[in-house]
Amino acid sequence: MTIDFELSPRIKATKNMIHMFAESAIRPIARQYDENEHEKPWDLLNMVQKFMGGGLAGAFGAETKEKKEEGGEPKEKKPRETNLAGAVTIEEIFWGDAGIALSFPGPGLGGAAVQASGTPEQKEKFLARFSGDKPVWGAMAITEPEAGSDTANIKTTAVLDGDEWVLNGEKIFVTSGKSALEDSEGFVVVWATVDRSAGRAGIKPFIVEHGTPGMQITKIEDKLGIRCSDTVSISFMDCRIPKENILGSPEVVDKTKTEGFKKVMATFDATRPLVAAMAIGVGRAALDFIKETLKEEGVELRYGINPHRMTSLERDIMQMEADLKAARLLTWRAVWMLDNGLRNDLQASMAKAKAGLAVTRITQKAVELMGPLGYSREYLLEKWMRDSKINDIFEGTGQIQLLVTARRILGFTREQLK
Amino acid sequence: MVSFELDDEQKLVQETVSSFAADLMEPAMRESDESGEVPQEVIAKGWELGLLGGCIPEEYEGFGEELSALTGVIALEELGWGDLSMAMHLMAPSVLAISVLDQGTEEQKKQYLPAFCGEEYKAASSALVEPYYNFCPSALRAVAERDGDEYVINGKKCLVPLAKESDHMLVFAATNPGMGFSGVDAFIVPVGTKGIEIGDREKNMGIKALATYPVNFKDCRVPLVCRLGGEEGCDFLRLLSRSRLALAALAVGMSRRALEHSRDYATQRIAFGEPIGSRQAIAFMIAEMAIEVDATRLLVWEAAWRCDKHMDFEKEAALAKNYAADMAMMVCDRGVQIMGGHGYIRDNPVELWFRNARGFATFEGMVMV
Repeated sequence: MTIDFELSPRIKATKNMIHMFAESAIRPIARQYDENEHEKPWDLLNMVQKFMGGGLAGAFGAETKEKKEEGGEPKEKKPRETNLAGAVTIEEIFWGDAGIALSFPGPGLGGAAVQASGTPEQKEKFLARFSGDKPVWGAMAITEPEAGSDTANIKTTAVLDGDEWVLNGEKIFVTSGKSALEDSEGFVVVWATVDRSAGRAGIKPFIVEHGTPGMQITKIEDKLGIRCSDTVSISFMDCRIPKENILGSPEVVDKTKTEGFKKVMATFDATRPLVAAMAIGVGRAALDFIKETLKEEGVELRYGINPHRMTSLERDIMQMEADLKAARLLTWRAVWMLDNGLRNDLQASMAKAKAGLAVTRITQKAVELMGPLGYSREYLLEKWMRDSKINDIFEGTGQIQLLVTARRILGFTREQLK
Repeated sequence: MVSFELDDEQKLVQETVSSFAADLMEPAMRESDESGEVPQEVIAKGWELGLLGGCIPEEYEGFGEELSALTGVIALEELGWGDLSMAMHLMAPSVLAISVLDQGTEEQKKQYLPAFCGEEYKAASSALVEPYYNFCPSALRAVAERDGDEYVINGKKCLVPLAKESDHMLVFAATNPGMGFSGVDAFIVPVGTKGIEIGDREKNMGIKALATYPVNFKDCRVPLVCRLGGEEGCDFLRLLSRSRLALAALAVGMSRRALEHSRDYATQRIAFGEPIGSRQAIAFMIAEMAIEVDATRLLVWEAAWRCDKHMDFEKEAALAKNYAADMAMMVCDRGVQIMGGHGYIRDNPVELWFRNARGFATFEGMVMV
């Protein structure tokens, strides 16, 4: 191997195809589904389901396919590009529109958790539905009113009663929760504690099917951005699910049996760089808009002159460009490591931290630089500024990413660096 | 196919230069900065690594196969980790050598390159920066006017490394003032040429051990054959960009060293009963430093990769260099800040990196890959 930044022909072709799709099918309706929150672009979603077979090709869903084809675990040493393909694809779709992209059907985080730690029976039962004709969503419910990044504080309980787990508690900020549970025959993976005194070790993921009695969507959030994507609160009141719907082992004390939990947590190492790629797509949209506007106005950007001779505008744009590129390269490194079977938790957090912060700054600066064009809802720039803010928040805020990064660099445990 | 893995030769270069930097450069750093002299034995040993000779093909008496900017930046990051003054002294000849190798005529290659392939260090200098606050390589005030069989160079230069120690310097001057980068040419000038006045050694805030000089050119006449690239002239922006890659790589290396120092200090220094790195105020600074060092390295790699692949890389090199200059200052400032009062004391190395770091905003054309 040698250092190379050239995408393989296969990924390039996919990238071009997805870009055309984003430009022709997503961009034109981006404003409509921002202004009309809680509406879904069903025509588009049905088409996506039909052509992409459940989920973003190469992204969360692609892993499923690959493993199915090989009939087992992928070989670690064989050079793969699955996750890189995912990152590249996601950047293009999110360049089109973040809200609509997030509303795409597919296994989502919930499906990723099943994929990572489900038994063969669970995978068969819960994942097959995503490759059908109709759009289906999977969702993940972790956050609670009083537990965000602090997952050890999860209060939702799961008690074994005969052949069933009984769930009680309230979950908030469940992405695509309505899509999974009301708009399709999907499921949600719910994190609940089987033993509060055990702290994190007592927290387990459970699969809850749509239509399960005792589970109710109590609120659909109105948001700053990504409005096409639904975010809901779900309450569980004596919600009974089959005993076998737990992911991983129910044991609390036996550390050798916590593999399932760890695997689910490890899915975040895979998804964090993909969230970074989402951010980069939005940031690039903003930067493209600025550059096109300046080109129309006949403003030339003088690369290569010394910064103290640049206009403030030139300096800002070059900073934005370098930041965006740096975020993309950090992201590509993180997914490349994953594709090559290397532990990437540090690099995944670095990419997410950089990308989240970079695009919130890029889009905010972009609105500033474009003046009234930036602030006007006639253009999408103000929307991108609102949309991009989520990238510094979901899947672990920027601060949590810094915490994870710092712990790894300093060699501190979570107790040593809180 | 995208990959972030060094090839075997690059790994070897990285390991070798890294050991050299840790064993010989870093231990000599403080004394060298205080005395203002680079240790000659370190330079001699550094020359033995063959970093420059390894870029030059056999036909010009070198032992390299192909000039690789990527391999170059990997080596320079390690040198920058060791010490900036020594790194810039050791690699000062690279500007003349690589410019000739990349864009010289066949005669120029034959004439100048073998000198850099010997066993002993061969100094060479380059004169690009000018002593004006708004200096910009696209608007040089130094000019070279053609007069019959000669070019007449006039203008002032500063930050000219090893001017007195070298036999030749590569002088950049505008042959078409007002034409930006494309109006600039480079001239291989013997240091003793009439009309060259080398002033007293400069006193800079950082890189104190690197000997730099102000140089005045007053009707300095050189024959046409001294013009890099002959009648064709040279692609100045390309050379400048190669130099920017080298500088950015040095900045990454030095910043990485400062980051490592901060990391170690934050785990060892106890305040309020626990290591200061246990506090987010310190830990977050270190996390951001780490992210930015890695981010800059990847920007440099990508630009160098483009260079090696014969793609346009000038824009990328400029972005990487400017990004690196800002990053180095941010990282080294925090390096001082994390040590508090101790960071301000010259017993500790961070103040040295802090002084060196600001230089990257000013340095141009002093090293090359």
